[in-house]
Amino acid sequence: MKRQHEAGASYIMDIYLPIAEVSVDVFILLGLGGAVGFLTGVFGVGGGFLLTPLLIFIGVPPTVAVASSANQLVGASVSGVVGHWRRGNVDFKMGSVLLVGGLAGSVFGIWIFTLLKRLGQIELTISLCYVILLGTLGALMMVESIYAQLRVHRPGVRRRKLHQHNWMHGLPLKARFRRSRLYISALLPIGLGFVVGVFSAILGIGGGFIMVPAMIYMLGMPTAIVPGTSLLQIIFVAANVTLLQAYTNRTVDAVLALVLLVGGVIGARIGSRFGTRLRGDQLRLLLALLVLAVAAKLAFDLTVRPSDPYSIAWEKT
Amino acid sequence: MSRGSAKTYTGLDPMTARPCRLGDRTSGWYFGLVALILFWAAPARAEALVADLTNHLIAITTGFTGASVVLFGAIDGPGDVAVVVKGPEREMTVRRKSRIAGIWVNSQEVIFANVPSFYFVAASRPLEDIVSPATAAFYRLGVANLELKPEGLTPSHAVDEFVTALVRTQQRARLFPSSVSKVNFIGERLFRTMIEFPSNVPTGTYLVQVFLVRDKDVVGGQTTPLVVSKVGIDADVFGFAGRQPALYGAIAVLTAIVAGWLASLPFRSA
Repeated sequence: MKRQHEAGASYIMDIYLPIAEVSVDVFILLGLGGAVGFLTGVFGVGGGFLLTPLLIFIGVPPTVAVASSANQLVGASVSGVVGHWRRGNVDFKMGSVLLVGGLAGSVFGIWIFTLLKRLGQIELTISLCYVILLGTLGALMMVESIYAQLRVHRPGVRRRKLHQHNWMHGLPLKARFRRSRLYISALLPIGLGFVVGVFSAILGIGGGFIMVPAMIYMLGMPTAIVPGTSLLQIIFVAANVTLLQAYTNRTVDAVLALVLLVGGVIGARIGSRFGTRLRGDQLRLLLALLVLAVAAKLAFDLTVRPSDPYSIAWEKT
Repeated sequence: MSRGSAKTYTGLDPMTARPCRLGDRTSGWYFGLVALILFWAAPARAEALVADLTNHLIAITTGFTGASVVLFGAIDGPGDVAVVVKGPEREMTVRRKSRIAGIWVNSQEVIFANVPSFYFVAASRPLEDIVSPATAAFYRLGVANLELKPEGLTPSHAVDEFVTALVRTQQRARLFPSSVSKVNFIGERLFRTMIEFPSNVPTGTYLVQVFLVRDKDVVGGQTTPLVVSKVGIDADVFGFAGRQPALYGAIAVLTAIVAGWLASLPFRSA
């Protein structure tokens, strides 16, 4: 209900976000979308996990930030999947099975979201989940990139089997995934889709950074097929989250999502050019630091004594 | 622009009736002043209290930074005037954070029904000098008389803390006044006061109540509506999202898909 940038109201470039009910400089939004798109271009990660916290930092209410990020994600995933599709790197069967879990997970996630919102705990939950996710992710990336830096001068070939079977693959409901050259229990991708779907609904992320490693190491899919398949199912899960958020919580700001998309497209184009030229390890280290910094800021905001411990909330009519 | 003025055009002497064709573009001040003179000029048929606003609609546009509305009027003899403006009532939840395991968590909540989303009060003299406490309570004069009662809780010290927090938060958002504004008298019968609305003013229909006070009691009054509304594309999007949430969600998704597909085109050719 608050409007930021009151003094900047005379700016022509201030854009009023109708659902978030804040005015934000359109260049900040474009820059934000661009930066996240840049990361997508360089690293191939969705960047949703950075977008939502950054939106919160610039004054967008957390609930709106989450729902609008999901909306933006639909577009970003569509544009991402096209290239993979043309190269034939999409396993549609695996994508569909993941999607079954993803849809169920996102419905469950929205239910949790709505419940927590009513209890007044949703903003805390969003922050806490991000601190944990970004903290873990940042730390892992940091360790990984430092190891990679050390390994540069000792290029040893690590060879692993096509994939390793473990007890999970032997669960009932076995199915054949020809494109992925797998014969594993369908419960596995359904469960994975479900977990990521829940996160998607609560945090407004595609969950690529959980999904991709899990598909490679847990399901044992060939690496080349993973990003396209992951993106394909993210489209539908994010679309489902957007619809449900718009319907139950009325927190989807389509204007915000569209501006972010425009910035994201430009950023992704620049990013994909840079990605081929720059040293990946150093970039990964930078990204790890950025992710850790965002996690630290969120964690700090949670622990610092609020200026007023009381807050008020009301239902929008 | 106003109903009060239309009434006063009848039965006036030719000299003051001449500027009847005041357009809506005329400054509110000038209009108000003329209206006041008109009221004053016709005391024989006048009610005990007449009042009007310079503007009955506050339009929230993209660049909205707040608005002020002048309330003006006249009374038929000596007396005091008190003004109350109330925004649409809402159910409000007040939550209190406390520290649990190092982080600040909303741990308690109290729900208040029927809290005015905006409240303004003005009086020609300090409220306690012009009305009895019972009268002030009955007409909700002053923030302390707003009857902020939590649902299903008996009054206690802990609950009072939530009431003060509610008032404090609303005051910080400039939706409740920190003090009673001044109703200024020009002579004995004409009065005016300025009502300020901040940029975050809630939308809806407001009630502006003007009370004529004599001998510590309200002897006359008038209620005028005031509409606060979003206008423009922002308002259309907001309204659509609220009225047709499923369709709005579908359009949001489709827009994103089309935008994403368009974005993929340059990559294909590259």
